[in-house]
Amino acid sequence: MIVIENVNKTFGTKHVLKDISANLYKGKCNFIIGASGGGKSVLMKCMVGLVTPETGSITFDGRDFLKLNYKEKINVRKDIGMLFQNTALFDSLNVEENVAFPLRMFTDFTEEQIMDRVNFCLGRVNLVNLNKLFPSNISGGQKKRVGIARAIALNPKYLFCDEPNSGLDPLTSRVIDELIKDITKEYNITTVINTHDMKSLFVMGENIVFIHQGAKWWEGEKAGIRSSGNKELLAFMEASEF
Amino acid sequence: MRFFQHFGEYLLFLKAVFTKPEKGKIFVKQIFTESNNIGVGSFAIISLISTFIGAVSTIQIGYQLVSGILPDYLIGRIVRDSNILEFAPTVTALVLAGKVGSNIASEIGTMKVTEQVDALEIMGINAANYTSLAKIVSGVITIPMLVLYAMMLSLIGGAISGWASGIISVESFVKGLRTDFMGYNVVFAMTKAYTFSFLITSVSAFQGFRTEGGALEVGESSTKAVVYSCMSIIFFDYIISQLMLFK
Repeated sequence: MIVIENVNKTFGTKHVLKDISANLYKGKCNFIIGASGGGKSVLMKCMVGLVTPETGSITFDGRDFLKLNYKEKINVRKDIGMLFQNTALFDSLNVEENVAFPLRMFTDFTEEQIMDRVNFCLGRVNLVNLNKLFPSNISGGQKKRVGIARAIALNPKYLFCDEPNSGLDPLTSRVIDELIKDITKEYNITTVINTHDMKSLFVMGENIVFIHQGAKWWEGEKAGIRSSGNKELLAFMEASEF
Repeated sequence: MRFFQHFGEYLLFLKAVFTKPEKGKIFVKQIFTESNNIGVGSFAIISLISTFIGAVSTIQIGYQLVSGILPDYLIGRIVRDSNILEFAPTVTALVLAGKVGSNIASEIGTMKVTEQVDALEIMGINAANYTSLAKIVSGVITIPMLVLYAMMLSLIGGAISGWASGIISVESFVKGLRTDFMGYNVVFAMTKAYTFSFLITSVSAFQGFRTEGGALEVGESSTKAVVYSCMSIIFFDYIISQLMLFK
């Protein structure tokens, strides 16, 4: 479980995150939704340690990330897997080397054990016979799957997905959604998904945090959205419907 | 003020770079890959440029020493000293600042803007160390080797052009090369080579690492890497010459 308490972040004179508190639950797909520029990417960057908030705390199962020293932070980071919006696969490495990368860095596995794990992860995301291809030679959907395979290679406790469906066709988007949902349940991961794709939310959303203009406007379960009475949230939902 | 801010950031970057690599085995593999990219990849251009610099300097020195009073083997001696002291280390470094420096900055810059650096950080890897240390170490190993190679080729190029243009015989040129040879000049040249190789790779890696934005900014970083590397080479060329030649 990740607990965010009173997080504030400013860039210059712009107050980007305003006293945000939220709970993100284990074994659930936790959605952070909101309009572009609303602060959800900054919040996610604060959670994974790429941006340091001025005040507040972000606690990973009792470990206050912001109060940890460098080595302790690295230990928390080893429990984090992240799927980036643009996948962030290493261009110079092929598919299997990308997935093997965290294993080679952080484990003492033999090459045989590494390849077993790589093939298992690639199989889990339904990617076979692409091991030797480079990221530039595979499609956007395949890149996302490789990104997921890399993210789960070390059996993370926390999986962060930044706009997992951006740039994908609707069918592939649903496949990626299902995959993230299945992996979350299968490995009992705390999954945090940053998106404004409402279809994804209705497919797999469980715990929802709505961020608007840098502040948390609503938090709750998917079923409670319609009855929330929150005008901004309802307007956001209506604008996404078709 | 901005210069001092950037210089401070550069020092902090170096502090992050010069830490123990996460995995020694991967680091060694990176060293081989980067040495191939920087050293072997620059072999052809350095061969061409150093041969022609030796050839041209022989012709120009021969042109200026046509008097009948001075012995012609002096051409070989002057070509030797000018190539060892200045042309081989400095011109090689300036060429590599363009080739290797822009390559390092654009590679790391692209990693930065495509979130690959963020991916490393999130995994708990020191991204400055992972992306830059192997490049700097490989540069410091291979660039001085290229400078030695450039010295040799420039003298061969000088001998060939002197013979081909009828300015000086090969025997006289070789006699000039052997006359009053000072090993200290090679030490001086290699001191410059090691300094320049560190400057090219570290300045370029720093420029790449501070890239923010998109493709346009990667291009800007690449240009800055070349410009700042060249400026620092010229500056340290002067400092090292002053310190080592006039103690």
